[in-house]
Amino acid sequence: MLELRSLTAGYDRRDPVVRDVSLTVAPGESVGLLGPSGCGKSTLARVAALLHRPDRGQVVVDGEPVHGWRHRAPRDRRTAFGVVFQQPRLSADPRLSLAQIVAEPLRATGRAADVPERVPELARTVGLGADLLGRRPHEVSDGQLQRACLARALVLRPRWLICDEMTAMLDASTTAALVAVVEEYRAASGAGLLAVGHDRVLLERWCERTVEWRELTGATGATGGSAAHPAAE
Amino acid sequence: MADTEATTGPGTAADPVTRWRPVAGRSLAGARKASRSTRAWRVGSSAAIVTAVVLAVLIVPPLVALDEQAVHLADKLLPPSAAHPFGTDDVGRDLLVRCVYGLRVSLLVGVVAAVVATVIGTAVGALAASAGGWVDRVVMRLVDVFSSVPHLLLGIFIVAMFRPGVWPVVISVALTHWLSTARIVRAEVLSLRSRPYVDAAISGGASRWRVTVRHLLPGVLPQAGLAAVLMVPHAIWHESALSFLGLGLPTHQASLGTLVQGARSSLLAGDWWPTLFPGLFIIVPTLAIAGLAGAWRDRINPRRRSELML
Repeated sequence: MLELRSLTAGYDRRDPVVRDVSLTVAPGESVGLLGPSGCGKSTLARVAALLHRPDRGQVVVDGEPVHGWRHRAPRDRRTAFGVVFQQPRLSADPRLSLAQIVAEPLRATGRAADVPERVPELARTVGLGADLLGRRPHEVSDGQLQRACLARALVLRPRWLICDEMTAMLDASTTAALVAVVEEYRAASGAGLLAVGHDRVLLERWCERTVEWRELTGATGATGGSAAHPAAE
Repeated sequence: MADTEATTGPGTAADPVTRWRPVAGRSLAGARKASRSTRAWRVGSSAAIVTAVVLAVLIVPPLVALDEQAVHLADKLLPPSAAHPFGTDDVGRDLLVRCVYGLRVSLLVGVVAAVVATVIGTAVGALAASAGGWVDRVVMRLVDVFSSVPHLLLGIFIVAMFRPGVWPVVISVALTHWLSTARIVRAEVLSLRSRPYVDAAISGGASRWRVTVRHLLPGVLPQAGLAAVLMVPHAIWHESALSFLGLGLPTHQASLGTLVQGARSSLLAGDWWPTLFPGLFIIVPTLAIAGLAGAWRDRINPRRRSELML
């Protein structure tokens, strides 16, 4: 169970982006989070993936409250989350080849021995040809790079997947392919999914449950966050 | 905002606001062509001078085996001639040979000190940025404190603790010149650290050390390398200044600073060559190195073209 309990988070304590938001994702469940741009969805996704420390509130993973974020989170806690970001260009180190990008989490966690087996296997899963694996990010398209980023998120077999606008930069066929990969992985592993986006049609088809951003703010938070950003849909 | 755009739209070309261009952005075809050829000329001449200097310094002393200390009192203070192209000094030593030997020492000091300073600066800057919090604040305030003391003063203090020689000078230059590199590297690491690929690495289980070594430091290497090259001229000047003040190398050992210092007395007597040639040897190679560094900077950061950077 991944529980986000009345989280307040942001980049300036006096003006938080996320105010008093609660959300629960059960293991194996897929939850789509819909919201207009700029409402704080991505910040919430970063908090859920233990990448950003909230100002208030609690994240509870499998009954254990989280106390450390980023490097302060224990390694197996962090690697329980696979994260795919919106912009593949920014989320891939420009100096590494796609094969190195996919293999990096294995190397970082001392499982370099698995690289020769896992990387080609995942490359096949996400639809990356062997010739692309040797290229560096500037030599491939956004879609190809996002496939590598998804492979990187899956390489440690996470129990939770956080997809932050994963398909916003992609065309329809790549979107369909990547969503299919995620669903295939979830079916095989029973991982929970939090998919963040503003594309209602996509998220409603993809996820078992979709929630609107404005439904999440608790009773005490009123509608402060949502009212400031009138719905873009 | 919309109102002003409506009144001074593209139709009113005579309006001074729309005709105005920033000076740096004036892109008349001729001016651009001229500046490009100037740049090419600058890079070419700088490269030629640096090559010549490096060859002279590496090849001449071992190959020619001239004794730069050989004293010929009968030949003292001869003006430039075919036998002594740069003339001789007040004890009859050949100035061309001494200049080449002096350049060798100065360049050695400059390069070694620049490398050491860059390594210190990169380490401190990367440490401050990746540790963050109070470590960052304390380290950077210390950098501010050291920067507030004039380099030369601090350098003199350091050489004064040792016997005159090459290594005290190297230490003095290195310990006073790493501050700017630390600032550059810290700023660069801070900007790289907020990229999503660092988030992805953390989520992939990378330790602080791994993030720094694998993702952050390779990203700052071009900047740090540029800072190192730009520091070589500074280090040469610093060495010359220390030696000129009699605090750097022992006076008999030829370095560009000791040569200029030893020639001061003859300058007053009207003999110009013992100061002119070592002086040129200080200025021309350092300008050439700075010119090459500027060209490199333009390559890695084309938006910030500017004049010679010193």
